[in-house]
Amino acid sequence: MNKIHVSTTVNGDDTEFLCDPRETLLDCLRDKLNLTGAKEGCGTGDCGACSVTLDDRLVCSCLVLGAEAEGKKIQTVEGIANGDQLHPLQKKFIEYAALQCGICTPGILVATKSLLEKNPNPTETEVRYWLAGNLCRCTGYDKIIRAIMDTAADMREAH
Amino acid sequence: MEYYTPESFNKASEIATNAQGITRFLAGGTDVLVQLRTDMISPDILIDIKNIPGAKEIECLTDGSWRIGAAVTGAEMSEHSELKAQWPGLVEAMDLIGSTQIQGRATLVGNLCNGSPAADSVPAMMAANASVLVVGPNGTRELSVQDMPVSPGKTSLSKGEVISAVLIPARGNNGGDAYLRFIPRTEMDIAVVGCGVNLRTDGEIITEARLCLGAVTPTIQVVSEVTKLLVGNKLDQTILDAVAKAASAASKPITDKRGTIEYRIEVAGVLAKRATKIAYDRARGLK
Repeated sequence: MNKIHVSTTVNGDDTEFLCDPRETLLDCLRDKLNLTGAKEGCGTGDCGACSVTLDDRLVCSCLVLGAEAEGKKIQTVEGIANGDQLHPLQKKFIEYAALQCGICTPGILVATKSLLEKNPNPTETEVRYWLAGNLCRCTGYDKIIRAIMDTAADMREAH
Repeated sequence: MEYYTPESFNKASEIATNAQGITRFLAGGTDVLVQLRTDMISPDILIDIKNIPGAKEIECLTDGSWRIGAAVTGAEMSEHSELKAQWPGLVEAMDLIGSTQIQGRATLVGNLCNGSPAADSVPAMMAANASVLVVGPNGTRELSVQDMPVSPGKTSLSKGEVISAVLIPARGNNGGDAYLRFIPRTEMDIAVVGCGVNLRTDGEIITEARLCLGAVTPTIQVVSEVTKLLVGNKLDQTILDAVAKAASAASKPITDKRGTIEYRIEVAGVLAKRATKIAYDRARGLK
């Protein structure tokens, strides 16, 4: 089978990989680029554990083909922290213990960062609807939501 | 599997026409890639139409009608304030599909071509009297959305045909549309019943009306009885009750895990009433 050569940008770095046309962006990120932050939960776009942004648009990387990344700009959870300096959301998730098993956490961080860039002052309802496609099966939603609301408030003050 | 990224819809159609084996077009991929990953289909040829010029554009034409490219996502429609102001029902119907992540990829045309009787955007498009531009081996034709569904999962498109855009008529004066869906959860589910309504008024009198139901018939259909009931009348309780009765009568649903036949018939009437009321208020500028 013919491999496809893909040139893309991941977390600001120009990157290339070879993929099978059937391989998803999630597979390519994890298996070829060693970026294992995005997780495979359902593999059918229901759970959001594989959330990344593709040209600044939040998507499930399990429902994007690796080949579709050609010429695009991808952001994953690995790009959220600035070196050793955690993003305010990450710090707040630790402070609130807004995770249990942690599988959903990368997807939720990516999705929330995307929300706060569009809407720095969301209501709790807006946050909950935005994250409706990010499932946490430890059902730790309450701490997650509180951590997000608090981060948003802090980030607004910092501006 | 071969993966193509043609630069025109004519080229996309040509690839599909000459293809041997199972062919799928790829826009948002929220149905096709799920089917591929769960081995429901195993395409030999996948034709990605997103790089085709115009495929991702929302355009208001000089006559006030709209051209929505085949790869325009739900999120892009929701962010288009003018489209949303003119066709709120259509935009809300599309927006009801899936999560934020799905909205970033899913398209009107994909929803239509997937052929689900429970598709959310299709009753809204049909109520709006939308059509699609079909590019095929014999040229381009315009096809009414109403004439697309044939049976669950099957459309009237033939081999080599691909949709390049959805055409929404000019909104014009005193028009309004609405779409309501019932699901047992708050978010992220498939319609038990969906109902799209589009109408026009002259003062309090309704002059045009189309109501379409989803998830209660094998293919999404216009309920022509409702048009007869509404046109020429004011919207009062008697008419609304008659609309509900007509919608329930037009429903021939099945029982499945989301709802029974009896339940769906009842809900179809309730949604028909509510959506008609919203469209009527919007047409008269009352919101």
